Amino acid sequence: MSSTEITARKHGKGKQFKKFLPLYLMLLPGCVYLFINNYIPMAGIIIAFKKMDFSKGILGSPWNGLENFRFLFQTKDAFIITRNTILYNLAFIIVNMVVGILFAILISEVQSKVAKKIYQSVILVPFLMSMVILSYIVYALFSSENGMINNSILPLLGMEPKSWYNEPQYWPAILIITNCWKGVGYGCLIYLSTIIGIDRAYYEAAKLDGATRWQQIKFITLPGLKTTVITLTLLSVGRIFYSDFGLFYQVPMNSGTILNTTNVIDTYVYRALLQLGNVGMASAAGVYQSLVGFVIVLMSNLLVKKIDPDSALF
Amino acid sequence: MVHSRNNRIFQVVSNIIMILVTLMVVLPFLLIFISSITDENVLIANGYSFFPEKISLHAYQYILQQGGTILRAYGITIFVTFVGTFLNMAMSSLIAYALSVKELPFRRAITFYVFFTMLFGGGLVPTYMMYVNTFHIKNTIFALIVPGLLLSANNVLLIRTYYVTSIPGVLYEAAMIDGANHFTVYSKIVLPLGKPIMVTMGLFTALGYWNDWTNGLYYLSGKEGQSLYSIQNLLNQMITNIQYLSSGKVLNVGAEISKVPAVSIRMAIAFVAMVPLLVIYPFLQKYFAEGITVGAVKG
Repeated sequence: MSSTEITARKHGKGKQFKKFLPLYLMLLPGCVYLFINNYIPMAGIIIAFKKMDFSKGILGSPWNGLENFRFLFQTKDAFIITRNTILYNLAFIIVNMVVGILFAILISEVQSKVAKKIYQSVILVPFLMSMVILSYIVYALFSSENGMINNSILPLLGMEPKSWYNEPQYWPAILIITNCWKGVGYGCLIYLSTIIGIDRAYYEAAKLDGATRWQQIKFITLPGLKTTVITLTLLSVGRIFYSDFGLFYQVPMNSGTILNTTNVIDTYVYRALLQLGNVGMASAAGVYQSLVGFVIVLMSNLLVKKIDPDSALF
Repeated sequence: MVHSRNNRIFQVVSNIIMILVTLMVVLPFLLIFISSITDENVLIANGYSFFPEKISLHAYQYILQQGGTILRAYGITIFVTFVGTFLNMAMSSLIAYALSVKELPFRRAITFYVFFTMLFGGGLVPTYMMYVNTFHIKNTIFALIVPGLLLSANNVLLIRTYYVTSIPGVLYEAAMIDGANHFTVYSKIVLPLGKPIMVTMGLFTALGYWNDWTNGLYYLSGKEGQSLYSIQNLLNQMITNIQYLSSGKVLNVGAEISKVPAVSIRMAIAFVAMVPLLVIYPFLQKYFAEGITVGAVKG
């Protein structure tokens, strides 16, 4: 800011304020909402350091130091939910990336414009559905009484029906496939728009040099996708401490016998708070997620900034 | 020609794989639909199937004739979606416009105030306790509209970027010289010219409200809460009841099970909940795709 600007500002402060008053009024509703919905809860993380006594309220309750955290990390749940959250997210990132790129390349190779458009549209449809609908679909397939797999597919293969919702070993696969089914269209569309953006001249030149289709993909398309892939991956890595509550709560139908395989931080916090009424544990796990999540977002964003400044959050 | 053959094989392979993918997407939806028109007894005997032995429209008749709860839930979903989306878009575009004015004092600080909410949050526990204990939102319609969904910093910043880059600054200056104030500029220039971004963002916001069931799960309970169930909450409750019944915790399963709607009816409700999306989607596909590529949703 130049010095003349500063003096001009000082001079006309009252006038300035009047001029900008309409803008501040426009900012007001949204900023008030963010204050309530986002900033007050941020201050609310002090709950994790208190021994909550509802009759005294949050501020009146006695401090408890790090006791809530000590309790949380003494349980084996702390390890299980951290492990599950991170491993599932890593699997989701890798599977959705590989499948998304594969579909994007296949769609871009299709010459018929109509077919291309259909594939492109269809692949996004599951993305529009709620987790509740997804849980209905998964239930229609895996329900032990009426499920299609137990009733139609396993008998065909001469196999015994299984009680899917009670057998943990199948759930990593079921959740990874469900997540891919729902989410792959999102990444696929982004990859596809990157592929479309690659200069056609490269492909023409490669064709003249006698490159096969496969070689074109390997030496032009895949390198062209590199920045997008790294950026999208880092942005997802930034969210690695958070997970889709519905996918882990609703799709396994809150089944207790498979909890160790399906419990993640978000579902743990919900159960501790609303099903067990254990505010101490719930808030400690929530703060653990907020703080570690915050650090990871900052770090991943730093990396994104180095690779593709336009995609960085800040 | 080696090339054209090579190319043809690629065409065939790509198309075959993508047709299989298309089937994998379409078939589960078809399964829901077919189950909803399958005779209840056949469903119970043979399970869910693409080729039912007997077809029946009983489930849809039931919804039309006795589905007071279902129609009510449907109405609540529609109401919440419209009101929520309208409020969200109004607040978002107002902030976005104000933050797009470069001379605004404290612009950077306010932008950071909005942006920081994307990086850090207090989590469910304080949010829940605040909304329940301070704002007494439990079992009110506000529970479905206010928490979490009413404003997204990400969308505000995308709208602002659109205003800055796609609406020529000359227009503002001309309007200001003509004595227009910021409210006039916002309503007469920015809103009409910013329509594409508003449609895109509005669509994702509406989708968020239509599909939301977590707010209902957190903030609605008991008889009072159930009367406010959206269609997603209703579906959620039905499938939860089934799980509860088969968990063995209930003694008199026979009496309880009669309260749970039949399988075909459940599937019919699920189908009815997703039909509007399936019908609207082809017409708005362009906006959905655009929204994803500009980053309206972070995957």
